[in-house]
Amino acid sequence: MGPVRPWARVYVGCAVLTALLCAAPALDLAAPPLWAVVLLAALYAGSEGIPLPRVLGRARAGERLAGPGAGEGSGTFFPVLLAGAFLLPPEAAVLVPLPGALLVPGAGRPPWLRRSWRAAQLALAVWAASHVHAALGGREAVAGPHFPYALLTAGGAVLAFCLTLTALDAGILALAEGVPARTSWSGLFLRSLAPVAVHGLAGLMMAVLWLSPYGPVAALLVLLPMYVSCWVFAQYHRERAAHQATIRALVQAVDIKDGYTRGHSERVGQASMMIARELGMDDERAEVLRFAGILHDVGKLGVPTRLLRKDGPLTPEERRIIELHPEYGHEMVRGIGFLGEARSAILHHHERLDGSGYPYGLVGTQIPEFARVVAVADAFDAMTSTRSYRRARPVPAALEELQRCAGAQFDPAMVRALVHALDRHGWHPAVTADEEHGTVPAPAPPVAGEPAVQRRGGGGA
Amino acid sequence: MSAGRITLVLARTAAAILAAGSLVLILWRGLDHPAVALAFGMLVTVGELARWSDGGEREPAPLGAAGALSYALLGQNAGQPDHHGVQEVVTVVLAATLAGCVPHAARGRGSTADHLTRRLLTVAFAAVCFQPIYEHGRLHGWGGSTYALLVVALLVLTTLCDAVLAAALAHSRTRWPFGPLLRDELRATLGIGSAVCATGAVMSLAVAVVGLWALPVFSLPLLLTQLSYRRYAAVRTTYRQTITSLARATEIAGYTPAGHARRVAALSRAVGRELGLSGPELTVLEYAALMHDIGQLSLVDPVPAGATASLPAEEQRRIALLGGAVVRQTGVHAEVAVVVERQADPYREQPVSARIVRTVNAYEEMAREGTGPGGPLSALERLRLACARDYQPEIVESLARVLQRDGLTLAVTG
Repeated sequence: MGPVRPWARVYVGCAVLTALLCAAPALDLAAPPLWAVVLLAALYAGSEGIPLPRVLGRARAGERLAGPGAGEGSGTFFPVLLAGAFLLPPEAAVLVPLPGALLVPGAGRPPWLRRSWRAAQLALAVWAASHVHAALGGREAVAGPHFPYALLTAGGAVLAFCLTLTALDAGILALAEGVPARTSWSGLFLRSLAPVAVHGLAGLMMAVLWLSPYGPVAALLVLLPMYVSCWVFAQYHRERAAHQATIRALVQAVDIKDGYTRGHSERVGQASMMIARELGMDDERAEVLRFAGILHDVGKLGVPTRLLRKDGPLTPEERRIIELHPEYGHEMVRGIGFLGEARSAILHHHERLDGSGYPYGLVGTQIPEFARVVAVADAFDAMTSTRSYRRARPVPAALEELQRCAGAQFDPAMVRALVHALDRHGWHPAVTADEEHGTVPAPAPPVAGEPAVQRRGGGGA
Repeated sequence: MSAGRITLVLARTAAAILAAGSLVLILWRGLDHPAVALAFGMLVTVGELARWSDGGEREPAPLGAAGALSYALLGQNAGQPDHHGVQEVVTVVLAATLAGCVPHAARGRGSTADHLTRRLLTVAFAAVCFQPIYEHGRLHGWGGSTYALLVVALLVLTTLCDAVLAAALAHSRTRWPFGPLLRDELRATLGIGSAVCATGAVMSLAVAVVGLWALPVFSLPLLLTQLSYRRYAAVRTTYRQTITSLARATEIAGYTPAGHARRVAALSRAVGRELGLSGPELTVLEYAALMHDIGQLSLVDPVPAGATASLPAEEQRRIALLGGAVVRQTGVHAEVAVVVERQADPYREQPVSARIVRTVNAYEEMAREGTGPGGPLSALERLRLACARDYQPEIVESLARVLQRDGLTLAVTG
């Protein structure tokens, strides 16, 4: 992210000021429960210091202010904060998140702005939660303990905590990135409510045990399952990253072997995803379709490099070998369970609506939906990127060509969806050829008489 | 009956006697606190119902285990003393676990007998340690924190015993060496095991303070942990499938015969187990075995029948280095790349995983050349003869043992 906008700075300043005002009464508190504050704050700082992934949905927004760097390595460990809100008077509970939030390693740039924002945000949320809890008579319910009334008070506190946190997040998003505050707030709130509620239950248990004869020792035990859960979550993210790296390596191998501009497969994935969104597919299917686009040519690993890179016309025999690649690809990814429908897209992405495609010559709706999407995305990227044998065409020319071939070769619905999606969002390929930086290639005079769709098997068809 | 099965039979007999004895006692004397028993029984049943679908995990039903342990270590209910004997604990856990296992057994998943045996013996151990001390009132004079620590200590002891029992059962079932199995079990107790322990302790203490309300409240965090584990397991499965697909690229390109990588991986894993490698080492070994031929993708022309073992040493090493370079790009653990790179070196310079991959790969290729039942035998014979430099004698012998145990089927069916 670029420099922080001035209004965002003012906003952070206001939040810090308010948090300080909330904490001020702690100075002349008659008998501040000092050791409890210190112990809880130390616990929170300890858990923040441990490298963990972002545990909760909420982390997204607040840390987007911070950009990708912040929060990447640190989780938010709410049970301690909420236990503080349940156990301590508001002005003391405010102090619990401060050391952890201010000392968290690896906050993005500029670090102090981000750290103080985080500290102020958490402090305000804890303060609100603690106030609501006290107002509902939660202190007596926890000390009693009076169940199930304690659950009700804790629920109120969790709601207040969540609302404050997400409202502050929505505010910073609106100021720093211009996201409309209302929509982002409701989204953030709904996403974070369930995880915060679970953390709230753990916090409640912690508070109850803390005040029980068994004391803080028993309360500490509550944190262990939460911590293990965070640790496993970190492992999960590491493994997922490794998995994505493997897929990327697989795809790079194909691109290199084929002599394509780098990132062809990724871009096909991206265009497929845009079409999927336009068709109103849910997130899960769209994601699978993205993988279908990324992996559509993976079978080319099985075709001799000499054939793929051959200059000049192919003999019928050579063409036949290249045209085996969808079947090779299907055979390769057969065992990958999560790909699901994507496997059929890999097998059928060279089918044509009129039945003249390969490998099976399917007609019309016999061709799986995913395959029809990937075929359009593949042809689009093949035409708009520079290949060794010709230059890239501008996007409008490529779309015109697609529309010309719709009906015979491509599904008109998919072509329409791509045109609409590009109208709305433009074409910003994430991975482009080396020389271009994330933008559409400059319009080049179209190469005469070369419909990309008629290229050899490996081409855009 | 072989000697190894004795542990299994002993454990099952002990659990059966325990269960029968407790049942008889309960039928005779009745339950002391039916409400508490019912609540904990329901918790254990729910925990069992939420068991992971795929086997192979250390603790398949964390919530069930935590509920059972906390019932065994329960001294009070909302401040009132709550005496229930060992027999009550065993009976409730038995009934609840059986009820929770019904859907799993109906779908034919998981071995209910072993699961139940472990659960009953573990819970009985905890209850036998705790309930008599508690009933004699020896703990009443203790401070609250000390009492909490005692409960934790008992749970740690129980978990250790459970790990030993699990390793012993696995040992007698699979004949894999006991030491590495125990090591894997103990390592697993650091993860989900510690969460189960802590939840068990917290539940028994929390029920003592607030009554049965504590059960639903505190099962949620553990369910969250279980959910995290499940997602982790799912992504690991996917990852393994992707690696397998990558490995199949060489087969589809015609460099290696179909199923070769998969067979080498399965056989390498078996040999690695036999030699006592730990869980993470086995994963590295398996991935490396799957991708050991990936370097051939960089060759212009395929090696005849993919038989690298008969190539000149220099050529083998070149292919290995190419493979290592490909593997490094894939984001798998760096150790995997090292194994792939070093697979063609003389065995004295190799890490042990690379020795295994080299030996098994050579065996697989040689066994394929010979047709009929003589193929595997002559392949082993040729490996033994080449032991001086290329293959480590211990590994060849271990391979022979694995093949003998599995009746040479692995190489054929894969």
